[in-house]
Amino acid sequence: MVPTEYYVGLSAILFALGSVGVLTRRSAIMLFLSVELMLNAANLAMVAFARGWAASGSKTALDGQTAVFIVLAIAAAEVAVGLGILVAIFRNRVSTNVDELAEVRG
Amino acid sequence: MNDLVAWASLAPLLALVGSLINAFFGRSLKEPAPGIIASVAVGLGFVLSLLAFFGIAGTGEAVRVGLWDFLRAGDLELSLGFHLDQLSVLMMLIITGVGFLIHVYSIGYMHGDDGYSRYFAQMNLFVASMLVLVMADSFVFMFVGWEGVGVCSFLLIGFWYKDLANASAGRKAFIVNRVGDFGFLVAMFLTFKVFGTLDIQTVNAMAPTMLYGSAALTGIGLLYLLAATGKSAQLPLQVWLPDAMAGPTPVSALIHAATMVTAGVYLIARTSAVYAVAPGALATVAWVGVLTALIAAIAAVGQTDIKRVLAYSTISQVGFMIAAVGAGAYWAGIFHVFTHAFFKGLLFLAAGSVMHALGGEQDMRKMGGLGKRMKITGTTALIATLAIAGVPFLSSFFSKDAILAATFTSGTLADAGGGVLYALLLITAGITALYMFRWYYLVFAGPERLDRGASQRVHESPGVMTVPLVVLAIGSVLAGYVGLPAFLTDNRIMNWLSHSTTTGEFTHLGVATEWLMLLGAVVVAFIGLGVGYWVYVVGKGALVKRLDNTPIAGASRGAFGFDALYKAVFVDTGSGAAEAVTLLDREVVDRGFVGLGGVAPLLGGLIRRWQSGNVRAYAFAMLLGAAGLTLVAALVGVLK
Repeated sequence: MVPTEYYVGLSAILFALGSVGVLTRRSAIMLFLSVELMLNAANLAMVAFARGWAASGSKTALDGQTAVFIVLAIAAAEVAVGLGILVAIFRNRVSTNVDELAEVRG
Repeated sequence: MNDLVAWASLAPLLALVGSLINAFFGRSLKEPAPGIIASVAVGLGFVLSLLAFFGIAGTGEAVRVGLWDFLRAGDLELSLGFHLDQLSVLMMLIITGVGFLIHVYSIGYMHGDDGYSRYFAQMNLFVASMLVLVMADSFVFMFVGWEGVGVCSFLLIGFWYKDLANASAGRKAFIVNRVGDFGFLVAMFLTFKVFGTLDIQTVNAMAPTMLYGSAALTGIGLLYLLAATGKSAQLPLQVWLPDAMAGPTPVSALIHAATMVTAGVYLIARTSAVYAVAPGALATVAWVGVLTALIAAIAAVGQTDIKRVLAYSTISQVGFMIAAVGAGAYWAGIFHVFTHAFFKGLLFLAAGSVMHALGGEQDMRKMGGLGKRMKITGTTALIATLAIAGVPFLSSFFSKDAILAATFTSGTLADAGGGVLYALLLITAGITALYMFRWYYLVFAGPERLDRGASQRVHESPGVMTVPLVVLAIGSVLAGYVGLPAFLTDNRIMNWLSHSTTTGEFTHLGVATEWLMLLGAVVVAFIGLGVGYWVYVVGKGALVKRLDNTPIAGASRGAFGFDALYKAVFVDTGSGAAEAVTLLDREVVDRGFVGLGGVAPLLGGLIRRWQSGNVRAYAFAMLLGAAGLTLVAALVGVLK
């Protein structure tokens, strides 16, 4: 069996990639992709831990799996709403550059 | 018989109903319907009062009409009701009788006024309150009427409220009266403390058993005197009455001459048993009355406004009444209330008739010679002038002489300067004749000084106004015959009122002395009239011009500077304090909070830089925060 640490390591790398994407990219689409990447990195960590716990015979082994389902569902909803907003913005401004969407500043 | 008397308790209700009808439906009624409704309400009250008068005359017994239990709290049991006896029924006759005539007169006088129905609603409310005041069986109920007439007085003085001066005159009357009302309230507290009840008859019955001249009784007496000085415009609270002339003239006649200003006299007469055991308070009452009478009479000589002369005259005449009750001759005080209601009501209505004819002119220097053009007004005014001056066989001759004799012979005043009081009142009587001669001469006799426009307009008033004048003139002649001097014949009013007041002790004079005093009063009256004739008719007013700049003329015009004094002491202090508070509010409180408000944008200015609107910057901050939290969690885990 592949040790849990490997999965967690992969998860950390994916999360870091996602974060860098969020911080560096200007296109809103790419921002969404990066956020998805970060979410799935977290999911991967949770599934990996759940599997690890199950192997050690813990009774709460399935908690991680369940949490992932919830995260997936919420991520789907978020993307649906987010993409809707994005389409509306694009229609107005013919651009999805987030740096230009800075009207609501103090 | 008693049932007949009890019907009179409907009189205030009738006036109240009349008032409510005019208040709620008056605007949809056509002139003169509101005036007729109001007059009928008061007229029916007069009929009921007459029935009560004959009922009481028949049995000689007071009748008590219980209305309802008002409150019970601890030792205080208060039921409201009416006490109809010789004194209250006589006051009711004055109020409804003279009130009815003045209501009728108002139908003509207020013709075409915007507030026609409002006027009659307030007049009827006044009559209702005044009746409650004189009929009440407890001090609390009396106070209800006392405040009611105060409110009506305020409303009617400021009747033409669109003119700021009228509204301020109303406010002034109300505020000055509050001082007196304060005295009434504290007097009630003290009465309850001493007697344990607020029922007037019980208090009067218990008073003779109390310690003679004790401080508590004197205190009660002085506090009720303070109340009386407010309502009756006596020293030191007399300043509101001359300004009260801002109201319509019939209001001045009814409220500020015939009825409300005599409430103080009535109050003291009503509580006569208490004053009988508080001689110090009684002597103070007499002194207040005499000094007021003298000062106001002098002030009346210097006025040029047709109504202000009469206002000061009223203060002076009420001073006579207060002096009478202060001498312990309550019947003489009420007797003068009775005669005064006729001739002073008549004088005011005659003044109103003149103003009506001249289109509202009030300055006597622009009148003169009107007696020829307004025959009825002029003749009736002449009768009233002679009556108030004390010309023999007219009403005031008898009542004023009774007052003079009472101050001279009073047992309670014997040690308190009764002789001085008598002399001062005699002088005042002479001045009264003088200023009334001046008033009549300047308005009705002598050369015409009218403006050209006014001269063409002059006309005699309509019958609805002149008939009340004639009726009051008849009263001014005959009213005195109910109180012929006791040393000659039966004094009816003295005997009548002896049932409901505790008359003081008087030394008995010989018949020769009585005749001499009567003669003295007549001589003084004619001296006053003679001086007036000499100054104005023979001397054509030359002496007036010469005296114009003397201090006494100035004091007379300014009524001895009470107004200026009160303005400096109370009004200016008050507005000064108000301005100081405004300054404090504006400079300290307002500025403080505005400054405090300035801190918020300052703080906001610091924070707003975070709100750049740049999504990636937010994301970076979140990431840093999450990393920081993780770091903290990890460290805490390690340190554990």
